[in-house]
Amino acid sequence: MAETSLPKRRTTEGPPRASGSAFLRLLRRSESARAYVMMSPTLLIMTLGIVVPFVILLVISLWTRAGFGFDTTPTLANYARSWNEPIYGTLLLRSFWISGVATAITVLLCYPMAYYVAFHVHRNKMMWIILMTLPFWTSYLLRVFAWKVILGYEGVINSGLMSAGLIEAPLSFLLYSPTAVIITLAHAWAAFAILPLYVSLEKIDRSLLEAATDLGDGPVARFFRVTLPLSMPGVIAASFLIFIPTTGDYITPALLGGPDGAMIGNLIQLQFGAVNNWPMGATLSIVLMLWIAALALVFLLVTRKVQGRIT
Amino acid sequence: MSSYIKRPNRALQVYAVLFLIVLYVPVLFIPLFSFNDSIYVRFPLQGFTLQWYGELWTREPVWNALWNSVKVGLVVSVISTVLGVMAARAITRTRMRGKGALVTFIMMPLVIPGIIFGVALLVLLSRMGVPLSLYTVGLGHLIICLPFAVATLLPRFEGFDPSMEEASADLGENGWWTFWRVTFPMVMPGIVASLLLTFTISFDEFIMAFFLTGTDPTLPMYIWGQLRFPKEFPSVLAMAALILFVSFALVFLAQWVGRKGLEDQA
Repeated sequence: MAETSLPKRRTTEGPPRASGSAFLRLLRRSESARAYVMMSPTLLIMTLGIVVPFVILLVISLWTRAGFGFDTTPTLANYARSWNEPIYGTLLLRSFWISGVATAITVLLCYPMAYYVAFHVHRNKMMWIILMTLPFWTSYLLRVFAWKVILGYEGVINSGLMSAGLIEAPLSFLLYSPTAVIITLAHAWAAFAILPLYVSLEKIDRSLLEAATDLGDGPVARFFRVTLPLSMPGVIAASFLIFIPTTGDYITPALLGGPDGAMIGNLIQLQFGAVNNWPMGATLSIVLMLWIAALALVFLLVTRKVQGRIT
Repeated sequence: MSSYIKRPNRALQVYAVLFLIVLYVPVLFIPLFSFNDSIYVRFPLQGFTLQWYGELWTREPVWNALWNSVKVGLVVSVISTVLGVMAARAITRTRMRGKGALVTFIMMPLVIPGIIFGVALLVLLSRMGVPLSLYTVGLGHLIICLPFAVATLLPRFEGFDPSMEEASADLGENGWWTFWRVTFPMVMPGIVASLLLTFTISFDEFIMAFFLTGTDPTLPMYIWGQLRFPKEFPSVLAMAALILFVSFALVFLAQWVGRKGLEDQA
């Protein structure tokens, strides 16, 4: 072995000095221990902020409301209710449907835009990226509110169409409907689709495209056989980044949904607010989380399968 | 490079311009209505006025809410970035057991809807008897911001050669000076990006604040209240238009300074 002839490298793991407590000696000796000490504040906060609250949420979801307090005998009654009473299932299903449609629309509409900047903009790429993401530096709340102004009864679209003489009375289906929620979500979350899509498209090796052309693929075949499969990681990331937070969105359905566009987030808030049934709210939160985890898993498996088929 | 990539695509160009228009129009309604001479935000426009900007100076609650949001945002962005630097360094520079699981754990808030965190923390705090205040809002924001800070800083730490740090150690610097004189300057862009991102997230965050705010509202909470009782709403629009203008100016300034720096180096 050549390495044995080299002088032994001096590392930090020398013989432990006699000074210092056992803890300090451990720190000096073990890299892993040093790393854990460095990460401990982060881990402590994440444990305090994630693990502990979730355990308590789980415990409280097994309680029931009794007057103004709680009946602390553990029971699965809330879970049974959330399964049997149609309102919970309906709202859960509607949340997934609205978010799913909004996610699909956002990714579909943003893909050509990201493609354009990645492949057809050669100077000032950074300028384009900034232009596409600037609107998202404004308040989410006010952007959602702006859509209320556009879609409203006396809003931009209705007053525009009426003054053009195309309609007699304002279209009432625009505001307070699932459609309004979908449009607004798609607009409000566009940046979360553009950035991952752009990154995955920009990373594609251009010589692969040339190779496909040299081997006789036309532009369409080249796109479906090279560009699209290679950008799938971006599509998956974008879908997750939009679908998961929007299923639990509260603001948009509250401002624009009306009764037909209410989502599970509104129901959870009601349990903690007006209805004042915290155990039920905790149950719904946990049910929502489990469903998201299950759907994400299915989505990942399906895309992996499809990806395997394409490539 | 072959020509087909360089060939301009007319249809895509048109699409890109339309896309930008649709992206910007709703946002531009905010400054538009801040100049509208009516307390109600609806069409048709009533006429041009600057009175909402003038009244903004006398609206104490708007400024209080803004100041609350700035305070929380500054504290949260500094803490989450410092913790993010420590975590990113530990993850990239050491062989530690269970690294993958830890990173997944830190990134958890990215894949759980914010409302669930909000209610979970609310339940925890109320069981512990902690009164709701700006501190509880800050705690909530810290949990959302930490994964973003780590995700922004990790590539920066992965991107630079550890032999630089080793060289500094070989030349006799101790750990702290190596960090201060070698590591810190190298990861500086990541730190700035993390500070900006986490401040923006905290400044705009609604759902955590919705569940965890005590008597002092943050700006989004205050705006939420004014959506129902529109007495001070035009002032809120004026404030939002100013914030919009300042953030646009800052982004362009940063861009311009960055480019100038590159030209000076060249």
